[in-house]
Amino acid sequence: MTELHGESIIRLCGLGKEFKGAQGAVRALTDINLEIIKGEIFGIIGLSGAGKSTLVRCMNFLETPTEGEVYYDGRPLSEMSPGELRRTRQSMGMIFQQFNLLEQRNVLRNVCFPMEIAGTPKAEARERARGLLKLVGLLEKEAAYPVQLSGGQKQRVAIARAMATNPKVILCDEATSALDPNTTKSILELLKEINQRMGITIVIITHEMSVIEAICDRVAIIGDSRIAEIGQVSRIFAGPKSKIGRQLILGDAAKQVEFGDGRLFRITFDGLASSEPVISNVILACKVPVNIMYAATRDIKGKAAGQMIIELPDNEADISRVLHYLDRAKVPCEEVGKNEL
Amino acid sequence: MSFKMMPLFFEELGNTLTMTFVSSFLAYIIGIPLGILLVVWARDGIRPMPRAQEALGMIINLIRSLPFLILLIAIQSFTRTLVGTTVGTRAIIVPLTLASAPYIARIVESSLKEVDAGIIEAAKAMGASTWQIIWKVLLPEARPSLLINAAIAVTTILGYSAMAGFVGAGGLGAVAINYGYYRNQNAVMWTAIIFLVVVVQIIQSVGMWLVKKTDRRVR
Repeated sequence: MTELHGESIIRLCGLGKEFKGAQGAVRALTDINLEIIKGEIFGIIGLSGAGKSTLVRCMNFLETPTEGEVYYDGRPLSEMSPGELRRTRQSMGMIFQQFNLLEQRNVLRNVCFPMEIAGTPKAEARERARGLLKLVGLLEKEAAYPVQLSGGQKQRVAIARAMATNPKVILCDEATSALDPNTTKSILELLKEINQRMGITIVIITHEMSVIEAICDRVAIIGDSRIAEIGQVSRIFAGPKSKIGRQLILGDAAKQVEFGDGRLFRITFDGLASSEPVISNVILACKVPVNIMYAATRDIKGKAAGQMIIELPDNEADISRVLHYLDRAKVPCEEVGKNEL
Repeated sequence: MSFKMMPLFFEELGNTLTMTFVSSFLAYIIGIPLGILLVVWARDGIRPMPRAQEALGMIINLIRSLPFLILLIAIQSFTRTLVGTTVGTRAIIVPLTLASAPYIARIVESSLKEVDAGIIEAAKAMGASTWQIIWKVLLPEARPSLLINAAIAVTTILGYSAMAGFVGAGGLGAVAINYGYYRNQNAVMWTAIIFLVVVVQIIQSVGMWLVKKTDRRVR
């Protein structure tokens, strides 16, 4: 993959997992190959039951894969002794959809918990826990018990707890799925801040495209126990190649890929920032599939110049949404006849 | 019945409480580790050993299915080697403990099973060992349920101790049987019963009070 830069922290090679249940074997993961790079925010998205929760649990061996290998910082997890594996887990934090705080411990002691396990002296642990609570904005709640906190506050405590042992990676399993949109936003901002300020690698499992869009650098789309696509978020969003990718990104619009007699529009780029992914934004904002018929654009000192002819499905509502969007984005656009191509 | 009997009631109350609490304590010493093993060794436990777990479960069921009175008589020789006698308060503690321990193991198991699997998973993800999960997660998180069940267990053991009267041990149960039932002194029987009712109420209330006081899930 040409877009990879830097050293990998977690590497999955030919990973597979099969559960043996009463109704026979169930395949959760098939031939998963992926590399998570130090310092990135990596998203894994898929519909429920796609195997993404199993995938993240393989990364710290909460689930033991039935095939393949997991390398953490270059070392294969399957070859570690139980003690080594426990110490390795101490360098990976994890947060969950249901927060999983200890209900009989107050906030401070919850944050101290991983340090207790790691054998950190009590006074040192308390001091560090207070520092982390300050970071997540909950220092005044240190004596409260989880039952007294809101969902967002519980997740903040869980994040502080996940950071207690100075991890290199934080694994997030549907960490915002139980939260309302505003709280989700603030938790994602916190994760991004942690990633940028401390360089902690973050792996996010989610079924919400908006989460990936908000903070991830790269994304893997999981469908039917396999990786359907993997790459930079902007690239995948601009042109999802897999069926599951189109379904996740475009939603219902993916069903109307049959253009029939679509209508053509010319978009002119004159000096818009080239870093702005106009077409993928159109697709995401309007939920309309866009067919690029012709494009001649160049990046001139960070500005986009040139033109593009796109085809939109012949649907008045869809077209007016797209035109309205382009108008607001100050991108000139006009309809052209089929024979002008 | 005259008031001259009152000291007798209080003395026998003391015997009842001794039998009950000593047996309960010893039964918990045996029952807690067994209950932990039942949970930890379970198929979905933190250290699965399904075969051993099933075998342990069968032994526990076997002892529990023996009626207390039969058990008490069946293990008399064991009791004699252990405490040197088969009569009296000291002698009843042996069968009482033995009969209660499997019961305690089962209720400890059910309390520990109430702990949210997600919390255990979180502890594993932090690198906790089996021992750390037992000490720092399972037992503390199950504390309210363990206390509720302890109140039930102690009152049940108190009920068993009433049968001690049949083998010459003391206690309020013995008073009720010996004076009330065998000599037809209804007033004595009912007084003993009232004492027992009050003791059970107190134990139950103290248990619930402790739960309420220590459960952090209550706002």
